[in-house]
Amino acid sequence: MVHWSAEEKQLISSVWGKVNVEECGAEALARLLIVYPWTQRFFDNFGNLSSPTAIIGNPKVRAHGKKVLTSFGDAIKNLENLKATYSKLSELHCDKLHVDPENFRLLGDILIIVLSAHFGKDFTPSCQATWQKLVGVVAHALAHKYH
Amino acid sequence: MVLSGADKNNVKGVFSKIGGQAEDYGAETLERMFATYPQTKTYFPHFDLGKGSAQVKGHGKKVAAALVEAANNIDDIAGALSKLSDLHAQKLRVDPVNFKLLGQCFLVVVASRNPQLLTPEVHASLDKFLCAVGTVLTAKYR
Repeated sequence: MVHWSAEEKQLISSVWGKVNVEECGAEALARLLIVYPWTQRFFDNFGNLSSPTAIIGNPKVRAHGKKVLTSFGDAIKNLENLKATYSKLSELHCDKLHVDPENFRLLGDILIIVLSAHFGKDFTPSCQATWQKLVGVVAHALAHKYH
Repeated sequence: MVLSGADKNNVKGVFSKIGGQAEDYGAETLERMFATYPQTKTYFPHFDLGKGSAQVKGHGKKVAAALVEAANNIDDIAGALSKLSDLHAQKLRVDPVNFKLLGQCFLVVVASRNPQLLTPEVHASLDKFLCAVGTVLTAKYR
């Protein structure tokens, strides 16, 4: 069980409260596909991913990015119970989607960079530390049901 | 992993924009790395790692200078960092996983101080560059 201090919870909710989930999710997924192009392997049916411009403008990327980050919001509401919260999603990613859990870590790192670009100086080292912990725990929960 | 011409230009662009602030970027990178990945502190038992530490600032300056040197010699990073590569292999022996952690923190610093600069394309190039630097520094480990 992961322990979250009062300070960490505060840093998570104060950042999350100011995040535009649609924009941030779209940006994070687009950057994942651009910075680590091998991740495009999971999105053959997304249409045009042939260039950074195409990826950023791709409506399926935007929509999926929003979906992914919305799910992140569920994690934040259930910090004490992440494994249970993500149990079904974990099974899905293993059994149906066949996604290597390393990809969750990659997306987590990208999300941190997007948040940092958005919040600038306000994304302090403590903030980064807390959020890296969060994305790590989410990645772990999503990988938990893998077999 | 090969740096394309566009990658090299993107990286040079970043470092020319950072310019004289490279030292500050280096220091903040280390500060963030120690806060976010506490296991990295194990390589610095001899340092004061408290906020504003002069040793961390000094070391950040060295790290930044090496990245600048690599960017300035981007066609031959292995040559430019050969001595540093020897040092890491023979003396420092920092586990290879840690270079990714430093790289992540450097990207966070660039994003935080220069969001406009870190377009997705530049982000990709810089990430590749940082990987290449890590690869060079661990190349002689065994």
